[in-house]
Amino acid sequence: MDKVLEFLLPPAKSTIAGQVDGLFIFILAVSAVLLVGISFAIIYFSWKYKRRSEQDTTPVITHNTKLEVAWSVIPLILVMIVFGWGFTGYMNMRTVPTDAYEIRVVGKSWLWEFHYENGTVSVNELHVPANRPVNLVMSSNDVIHSFYIPDYRVKRDVLPNRYSNVWFEAMETGESVIFCTEYCGRAHSNMIATVTAHSESDFENWLATANVIDESLSPVELGKELIAKNGCNACHSVDGSRMVGPSYKGSWMAERELEDGSVVTVDANYLRESILEPNAKIGAGYDPVMPSYQGLLSDREIDAIIEYIKTID
Amino acid sequence: METSALKRLQVQRFKPEENPEIHYLNSERGLWSWLSTVDHKRIGLMYLASIAIFFFIGGVLALVLRTELLSPAQSFLDADVYNQVFTLHGAIMIFFFLVPSVPAALGNFILPIQLGAKDVAFPRLNLASFYIYTIGTVFTLVAIITGAVDTGWTFYTPYSTETGTNVLLMTLGIFILGFSSILTGVNFIVTIHKMRAPGMTWSKLPLNVWSLYATSIIQVLATPVLAITLLLLVMERALGIGIFDPALGGDPVLFQHFFWFYSHPAVYIMIVPGFGVISEVISTFSRKHIFGYWAIALSSLAIAFIGFLVWGHHMFTAGQSSLASMVFSFLTFLVGIPTGIKIFNWLATMYKGSIDLKAPMLYAMVFLFLFTIGGFTGIMLGALSVDIHLHDTYFVVAHFHYVMMGGMVMALLAGLHYWWPKMFGKMYSEVYARISCALIFIGFNLAFLPQFVMGAQGMPRRYFNYIDQFQPFHQLSTMGAYIMGVGFVIMFFYLLHSLVRGEKAASNPWGSRALEWQTTSPAAPHNFEHTPVVIHGPYDYHKPMSEFQLGIAHGHHGESHQPETLETVAETGTRP
Ligand code: HEC
Ligand SMILES: [Cu+2]
Ligand SMILES: [Cu+2]
Repeated sequence: MDKVLEFLLPPAKSTIAGQVDGLFIFILAVSAVLLVGISFAIIYFSWKYKRRSEQDTTPVITHNTKLEVAWSVIPLILVMIVFGWGFTGYMNMRTVPTDAYEIRVVGKSWLWEFHYENGTVSVNELHVPANRPVNLVMSSNDVIHSFYIPDYRVKRDVLPNRYSNVWFEAMETGESVIFCTEYCGRAHSNMIATVTAHSESDFENWLATANVIDESLSPVELGKELIAKNGCNACHSVDGSRMVGPSYKGSWMAERELEDGSVVTVDANYLRESILEPNAKIGAGYDPVMPSYQGLLSDREIDAIIEYIKTID
Repeated sequence: METSALKRLQVQRFKPEENPEIHYLNSERGLWSWLSTVDHKRIGLMYLASIAIFFFIGGVLALVLRTELLSPAQSFLDADVYNQVFTLHGAIMIFFFLVPSVPAALGNFILPIQLGAKDVAFPRLNLASFYIYTIGTVFTLVAIITGAVDTGWTFYTPYSTETGTNVLLMTLGIFILGFSSILTGVNFIVTIHKMRAPGMTWSKLPLNVWSLYATSIIQVLATPVLAITLLLLVMERALGIGIFDPALGGDPVLFQHFFWFYSHPAVYIMIVPGFGVISEVISTFSRKHIFGYWAIALSSLAIAFIGFLVWGHHMFTAGQSSLASMVFSFLTFLVGIPTGIKIFNWLATMYKGSIDLKAPMLYAMVFLFLFTIGGFTGIMLGALSVDIHLHDTYFVVAHFHYVMMGGMVMALLAGLHYWWPKMFGKMYSEVYARISCALIFIGFNLAFLPQFVMGAQGMPRRYFNYIDQFQPFHQLSTMGAYIMGVGFVIMFFYLLHSLVRGEKAASNPWGSRALEWQTTSPAAPHNFEHTPVVIHGPYDYHKPMSEFQLGIAHGHHGESHQPETLETVAETGTRP
């Protein structure tokens, strides 16, 4: 059974996962029994009652009330069990424990932003304490997204102008993947993030240091790290290939044609504006889809990114 | 049983003529005779040709998608094209193929014959439906050619109001298409009520007619909601009225309620007609009375009605209240029961039958197997907590392909092979039919079983890229899709061969008792040269064939027919 579970379902890493899996296996087992029975009947009947001659006569069996009641009522009982089981599981998912640790989640096309109580912000990396309920309060900046952690068996749509929430309690430390499961356009399938469950003390550590700039890094190194941390790579390449946005490669001091036909030089001011107000100037042939990083990146960090972009040619 | 007046009718036996010289295909000739025809059979065939074309287009798009998904990263499509292709695959298969498949194509052809009527109640309206369908498809094709659509067939707001693609034309096309569906539904309802042959009481109605009846009710009641929804979407996009835009005080989730209020019942528009076909085929090829006639007939109606109340099961993660989710989950399970009942009834029909495993029966058995899997996985998705995990993953994709393709398309193929001799007066190669059935069965399972597994593992749907862990499943799935493709290519060729030089078909090649087999193959221009009189139900295999061929002669062209045998029957069906 464990092998089957392992093959069919991702590892169960949250407190509610066990309940979901239990029901999944229950339905699977009952269905399998019934399916085998039905398939056997199909095959057996078509062999046993194969037509022998054109003159074959068949008995007139029009109905059988007992049988029909049986095969209506037994399935009804079974599905009512499934219904009750599913509903209680669902209520557990929807009832947030009062001591839950709260994190704000913002979905943007196409990245996830996580805001923590002390002002720390992480992009595409969610960090949570293990063995403690965590409540995510989510909203979207544009279209509908959906926040899904298969290992935790949780999913909830992320809506514009409205808060939705999802809670879970990770049972062990470790990393799991986060998907966007509501189709949201071009890079929907790249809207992937990770959740890392830490022990309580590791989490405190992470939280205290996450947004502190590592002074030992040079601006170029820092810029490189920031680009990786802030989800820029989902849309920009460093090797010249065109993704959702233009590649950084060779962009420093290049001439950019804008949507309105004018031409600008990619200098520090243009880069800065592109990061803080991406829609002020749209590169020709691109869509205005880059999220603004206003409030997410400090001046110093923006400078570092510019330094890094300068080096990519 | 019958409370109606015991009218006495003078009837005689009309043995259908074999190899008729004049039939509906050659009674008039030329393109114009087709384009302007009001004959339900010809209109049915024109629908059949149209849905075959759309099935081909939709199928090719599916193969394109599956090919791109062979590898996790981009191979030959970019993300935008991929998104357009999956949108078109879905929209075409659903709105242009599945919805009109059994009702408009097979139903149009067979319903009046099964009722012993000369045509549907409103033949001109029927032709109008076909042209409305054509206009809808033209709009959509123009939309595709001039810029495609990338919203998914569900058109969820706010994405669909913001994307730069051709959503307006596409939704207008589907809006127009809806009217065709509504008109066909109205036409069928009136036909079933008013045009039944003498003696065809409600309890002698073929089950195919019952399921078309249930389908028509859904078509008439649900499609207007789709029309309104799409119209609101058009206004939202074109005029910015803000019904779905939260920034203007609207609600994007409202769109989902509207959309599924149509689209869940639409699932039943797509599958209930299939139930009818399967009932006919299983009874004919088991040469046995259908088991639980009323259970099958009424469960279709039950499904049609409860089906209107379950739309919220598509929105368990979307932000509706827990109470609403509970009610929708509960009703979803209720709708599963009548479906299960049908499966058991069909099995019981085979019990002690005289089973002939001809192509239509093979498809019916494939249907039973695949549709059962589709049903069980539907139970998984109806269970609230499990659905949270499975929603919008490949599990759902696999589930609805098992229901729509494993269910409806297999039923369509069963029906097509079953009624093919009546349509064209030709037989097809039984050997090739079996080969292609086997290939489709194997290919189908290979394509979609792995999707259940990867879905349960967490692979989201509508993903252009995916993480490496899912690759083996995607590769199997793509292999399966190719095998299925080969099966359909073979089918195309043997059916073509049948049309061109197939063996002539007998009027009743399967030895069925149903009324549509008591006329010539291909059917006569007005279905029957006489007015059929029905004294037995269509599944009464214990009664001799001659008693299914009764009718009253028309005194057409002034001549009076001299009956060969004279019988007097009461409408109750009790005879000396
Ligand atoms: C969702 C996709 C996306 C993400 C994430 C994203 N960008 Fe962009 N970016 C774009 C697009 C599209 C353009 C071109 C259109 C425009 O000018 O707004 C662009 C333009 C730019 C430009 C102007 C480039 C030029 O050569 O014209 C810069 C600089 C830039 N982005 C930097 C960043 C940085 C730094 C990050 C991460 C902190 C980032 N972007 C994250 C999509 C994205
Ligand atoms: Cu998405
Ligand atoms: Cu539904």
